[in-house]
Amino acid sequence: MSRRDTMHKALEQGDLSALVERIPYAKMIGLVCERFGDDLIFRLPPQESNVGNPILPAIHGGVIGGFMELSAALYLMRSQDTPKLPRIVDFSIDYLRAGLLRETYAECRLTRQGNRVANVMVTAWQKSRLEPIATARAHFLMA
Amino acid sequence: MKKQSAQDDVLFGQVSRFIRSLRQSHLLGIEPVKAAENELILRLPYSESIVGDPETRIIHGGAITTLMDTASGSVIICALPEFELCPTLDLRVDYMRPAEPDKPVFARARAYRVTRNIVFTRCEAYQDDCETTVAHCVATFMRIGADASPKAYRELITGVNE
Repeated sequence: MSRRDTMHKALEQGDLSALVERIPYAKMIGLVCERFGDDLIFRLPPQESNVGNPILPAIHGGVIGGFMELSAALYLMRSQDTPKLPRIVDFSIDYLRAGLLRETYAECRLTRQGNRVANVMVTAWQKSRLEPIATARAHFLMA
Repeated sequence: MKKQSAQDDVLFGQVSRFIRSLRQSHLLGIEPVKAAENELILRLPYSESIVGDPETRIIHGGAITTLMDTASGSVIICALPEFELCPTLDLRVDYMRPAEPDKPVFARARAYRVTRNIVFTRCEAYQDDCETTVAHCVATFMRIGADASPKAYRELITGVNE
């Protein structure tokens, strides 16, 4: 099945895991996409290879960034119902707490959808949703 | 490229050990190419495992973010008098163009302002030559002091036991 077919099927069923399977970077960091009704929650299970700071140990800031960036792109594909990965323009992340080596979650919100550019907000948390470890926003060019 | 001085070799060694201690950076094969006073160039080799789109084989932005976060965080070693582990406060990446497949990506970083509490960094990611910029990044790091990182870890990086 081509990616386009996989994507169409994934979009129809509202299940992005088949698509995530085909993205090598997603597999490397271990991103999982979960669906709760209409909502999507992205999950990053603890994985030794994702560690940056070895003392805490904490997840590498770059991995947290990559996880949130990829979550935003997948979320946008679902909300736009498009089989093409949107192209990222810029990405800005605030690290609020150390991301310890434990289950990490992310949820996204479409802040603004223009004709050509979309703005997506992402929040990531671990133990409690009320204590985010990072917030980020990204601009994407629509395909 | 100017030849590295003895002091640069010390910095190069410290940066190499620091990056090796960051499992994800090490896993991606990120390595220093050049270290000098307040200047650092790192290299990220191309690999299929960091591809974001299997059709175009273009590296995912996340791997570029990890490269730039590593470069910006490590240049602090080249900018401060002694090793301090500085957590990232924030980071912004502008993606100029996709990185071409099968080629390494380089990141050059410098700390453009160091205060008692904060280090401000800039970093460019490029391929082939410095003209083809792939991404640009600004970041801020918090100084928590040299004493905040365990002595054994500091010695591992500075290599006092060697």
